[in-house]
Amino acid sequence: MRRKSFAKTFALLGFIALGLAALYLFGGLGARENWGYNISRRADILVAISIVAGSVGVSSIIFQTITSNRILTPGIMGLDNLYLFTQTIIIYFFSSGGSEMISGGLDFFLTLILMLALSLGIYLYIFKANSGDVFFVVLTGLVFGIAFGGLSSFMQVIIDPSEFSILEGRMFASFNKINLPMMGVSGLIVLLAFLWLSSDFDKFDALTLGRNMAISLGVEYDKVVLKSLAAVSLFTCASTVLVGPVTFLGIIIASITRFIFPTYRHSVLLSGSILVGIIALVFGMLATERVLQFSVPLSVIINFVGGIYFIYLVLKVKRV
Amino acid sequence: MISTESLSKKYGDKFVLREVSASLPENKITAFIGCNGAGKSTMLNIISRLIPASEGCAFVDGKKVSEWDSRKLAQNLAILGQNSHNSARISVEDLVAFGRFPHSGGSLAERDFEMVERALKMTGIEDLRGRFIDELSGGQRQMAHIAMSIAQDTKYILLDEPLNNLDMSRSVKIMKLLRKLAREESKTILIVIHDINFVSFYADYIVALKDGRVKYEGSSEAVMKSEILSDIYGMRIEIEEYKGKKICVYYQ
Repeated sequence: MRRKSFAKTFALLGFIALGLAALYLFGGLGARENWGYNISRRADILVAISIVAGSVGVSSIIFQTITSNRILTPGIMGLDNLYLFTQTIIIYFFSSGGSEMISGGLDFFLTLILMLALSLGIYLYIFKANSGDVFFVVLTGLVFGIAFGGLSSFMQVIIDPSEFSILEGRMFASFNKINLPMMGVSGLIVLLAFLWLSSDFDKFDALTLGRNMAISLGVEYDKVVLKSLAAVSLFTCASTVLVGPVTFLGIIIASITRFIFPTYRHSVLLSGSILVGIIALVFGMLATERVLQFSVPLSVIINFVGGIYFIYLVLKVKRV
Repeated sequence: MISTESLSKKYGDKFVLREVSASLPENKITAFIGCNGAGKSTMLNIISRLIPASEGCAFVDGKKVSEWDSRKLAQNLAILGQNSHNSARISVEDLVAFGRFPHSGGSLAERDFEMVERALKMTGIEDLRGRFIDELSGGQRQMAHIAMSIAQDTKYILLDEPLNNLDMSRSVKIMKLLRKLAREESKTILIVIHDINFVSFYADYIVALKDGRVKYEGSSEAVMKSEILSDIYGMRIEIEEYKGKKICVYYQ
């Protein structure tokens, strides 16, 4: 029995990723005296978007597997809005004594913990209450996303203006304004979460067969699902803190990955999703910065393309 | 041995299984019969830890199902549920290989490949090995899933309506295969089945459920009686002898 290793595909994707990265790093450097500054800044950005690509790709694939569908991703479920909401709450309630505390990474960790608790609670509620109805889950996710978005805006309006300015700096990160100071922490979280999950890749393979069969094959379903959802929340925090919410990035990366790697093996899928994500994002950065001259933000392009694709997916699945 | 002790399952306050205590014989084919909603699948699902019991417990080899390590249990007990279809794009060969998952984790050894080959051969679907399961007919897919359960090579095999979607020749083939596994390889097989004549020909032991209770239990010979079956199914069922076997006639 042969098991395709996809070595050639990986090599090709790796080559493309490196090529694009080099193009981004060294293309159009301008005057010679700016080289040092430009290159180090661009290198930082490359690392940051690699972290985003990895966390969004891996979390989307895992989320799709444990919910047995090919439409839902954490972004579509409004998880990044939940992150913004949590961040707003933290700053709203904890920062009145002065801004020292929120200037450090401490608020990020508080956000992380609160976010874990909230998201796990919501997931458990949704999936326990509606076993298997994908449409209900999508709808609930969207509603939760909008609700949290609205609540955050509300709190931001009534918040102290000086605190709001801190919040603004923290929250309105985007691909044009990547929150580089958080890169180290966020990268560390992604790495740890990935290592934490790495022993479960085989179990994800079995989970592809659905809950009952996975249990029949000896997978401790509840434990694995809970662990993965916790990891998905961590991944979402890590990517949202860097570039803000990008609702439809996950569905693009996950779909392309599953198309290029037609397999159920997650050791392949997950590593593949990281490469695909890096290629997609670096390509996007090149296009917005060099071709469109920043006239359209990358997140808008991603949500435009991803949104149309999402509608297509929903319509396609509905007919089955 | 598989047994249950005052096992109950209720949804809301409606009991679907009510204080069932049974111990099932080893190395035999035990058929669960009864109307839709009598609690057959529920019982199988609780024994195989797919759903939790509301009260009471199920035992496998004298140990509570809930206390088994999930992987260890999967090495001893395989369940093929109803509607086990999924949309994943997996080849038949890979699906059957998943049966080795409890033994090997993700990486298959030589012995695992042998067991997969054997299961493919026993179910006669070697020619389908490269096909994807979402491209198969319902019956072929069912055969692939049965092959997966056989590849799992467990002492206990639980099958919930395995003959669904299968034509007569395949149904007979599966039942013969199960009988062979019970006789020659000392497997204990629990099977939910609706076609009462298949039960008559192939089952060694029958558990008949009605309204969530075990109403009759015993050897095939003892349970295959007109008055018992009529009571279980709530309709007139005649029994005729044909070449020493009992045939139920209920088409009126």
